[in-house]
Amino acid sequence: MSLLQVKQVSLSFNSKKLFKGKDLSKKVLNDISFAIEEGTCLGLIGTSGAGKSTLGKVILGIQRPQQGQVLFQGYDIYNADKATQQKIRRDLQVVFQDSYSAVNPRMTAERIISEPLENYEKLTITEQRKRIIELLERVGLSEKDLKKYPHQFSGGQLQRINIARAVALKPKLIVLDESVSSLDMVTQSLILELLNELKDDFGLSYLFITHDIKAAFLISDTLGVLEKGELIELYDSKDQFFSSKHPIVKRLRDSILAEHPRFRTLTTKANWVNTNRLSKQL
Amino acid sequence: MKSNEQNILNVRDLHVQVRTPEGLSTLVQNINFEMEKGKILGLVGESGSGKTITSMSILQLLDKKRMNIEGSITLHGRELNGLENKEMRKIRGKDIAFIMQNPMNAFTPVFTIGHQFVETIRTHSSLNKKQAKELAIDTMQSVNLPNPDKLLKSYPFQLSGGMLQRVMIAMAACLNPSVIIADEPTTALDLHNQLLVLRLLDKVRSRYGTSILLISHDLGVISEMADDVIVMQYGRIVESANVFDLFDHPEHEYTKKLLRTRPTLYSQKQPYTYML
Ligand SMILES: Nc1ncnc2c1ncn2[C@@H]1O[C@H](COP(=O)(O)OP(=O)(O)OP(=O)(O)O)[C@@H](O)[C@H]1O
Ligand SMILES: Nc1ncnc2c1ncn2[C@@H]1O[C@H](COP(=O)(O)OP(=O)(O)OP(=O)(O)O)[C@@H](O)[C@H]1O
Ligand SMILES: [Mg+2]
Ligand SMILES: [Mg+2]
Repeated sequence: MSLLQVKQVSLSFNSKKLFKGKDLSKKVLNDISFAIEEGTCLGLIGTSGAGKSTLGKVILGIQRPQQGQVLFQGYDIYNADKATQQKIRRDLQVVFQDSYSAVNPRMTAERIISEPLENYEKLTITEQRKRIIELLERVGLSEKDLKKYPHQFSGGQLQRINIARAVALKPKLIVLDESVSSLDMVTQSLILELLNELKDDFGLSYLFITHDIKAAFLISDTLGVLEKGELIELYDSKDQFFSSKHPIVKRLRDSILAEHPRFRTLTTKANWVNTNRLSKQL
Repeated sequence: MKSNEQNILNVRDLHVQVRTPEGLSTLVQNINFEMEKGKILGLVGESGSGKTITSMSILQLLDKKRMNIEGSITLHGRELNGLENKEMRKIRGKDIAFIMQNPMNAFTPVFTIGHQFVETIRTHSSLNKKQAKELAIDTMQSVNLPNPDKLLKSYPFQLSGGMLQRVMIAMAACLNPSVIIADEPTTALDLHNQLLVLRLLDKVRSRYGTSILLISHDLGVISEMADDVIVMQYGRIVESANVFDLFDHPEHEYTKKLLRTRPTLYSQKQPYTYML
């Protein structure tokens, strides 16, 4: 049995409101089906507004679709009993796209990370602190950061606090919505390494939503492309992605930026005159 | 110090400290750079190295009760550091536009996108409501936002992350400011929309001579856009160079590591020629 099965999910916003007899509803997800196996990562890319974050919310049980089912370990998450729901909530964690609104501004980093632990695990205070410091170090932060509040962190640091919080409970599936997108490459590879390790050692699974194709390749076993609410293609290898003939995929590939300034194509010559380039020294 | 009339913005000996219960703690120090007319200055660096603090100092958006900002920041020769908030408000958005790292924080949740966009334009220009709306729609179209009319009537939570980011970019670009500070402007965008946004920024630069401070962790964005690059680590500038020199002859250890760890799509096995 797959860890997660999404079956023919469709969702619209404002579906019930009719305006002057017209149906104003906006179909955001259209007949989506796929599965995620234990210990694997499904990467999800797609145009902005395609419905990726919405799909993530459907899987997390916080945005009920009008049609279809989401099965987690075989349980229909929108129709499970209380006890099952509570168990699912622990096994399903998320790191949202917007790291600031995901945390309580009045909690320290220590509280933010320990909150899920307190709910589920009975650890002594020293054990718990040790565990939190370990987690902070794994995401490139340190003991010094325990007592800081969200506004005292940089964007990327807060994102890493959220990642530490999500992995704290060793859940079964984590939805990562653009979670490493704003991290510099050195920090990003540290996080991807951590995620890959948890995947191999503990069989963690991920839904990895990103616009960064390179990051997606580094962690995903399967890569899906969502466009206008439809899952248009699924690939098992990089080569399949690169040989796809789908126009949307082609457009994505054609938008890959140069890897060295020598190959740049985007910038034009200035129209306002400035020929006299002074010696370049900052 | 180099005097150069092409320099729009000068940052000299910027030093920012924050008051903590344990005393003053330094966030950035010895920051020196200048932004030339029509040039793009890339800013890269480790997460937490002080990129956002540096840009917030230029905009004078740091909490002055908690932070000490020393040094000089001049725009067209005018000192900004210590300027009254009332004066600074006239400059922000008009002379120095900014694109925040976190699009959600840039909007007030209770007002529509249109209200916020049109108000921003009207505060800084003599356009009437109808003209402001026209301008908003035009710029939104240039960043590929679908149905701008409809979007203007939406509330922030009804837009996806990438849509909000593009609205913010449209807002920043539409008044042709002399400086744009763009803090990770394309992190929430798919590749195609990223390209369109970068094109818009380049258009503003080449047409109006806008100087852009482009903070990005994405070396692809830096490769395509930057003329010069500064690299930050632990609150300091550790390297600054012309973009070609930086990629070909990185000097600082962190820069070398950054270039080494960047994932590449080119593989020995399969060179993807369409990229060249
Ligand atoms: N609460 C809401 N009410 C109405 N429309 C919404 C709501 N949330 C999202 N939408 C719309 O649903 C569509 C999909 O949004 P979603 O956030 O899932 O996109 P996305 O693929 O995550 O995009 P991005 O890459 O920009 O984050 C968008 O057109 C958006 O405007
Ligand atoms: N309000 C604050 N009070 C105290 N410390 C702060 C505050 N804001 C930021 N810092 C600290 O200052 C340092 C620089 O933060 P800054 O936001 O400039 O980093 P950054 O380079 O933009 O990082 P990122 O790439 O993650 O966004 C960080 O170590 C951060 O913890
Ligand atoms: Mg999203
Ligand atoms: Mg930042």
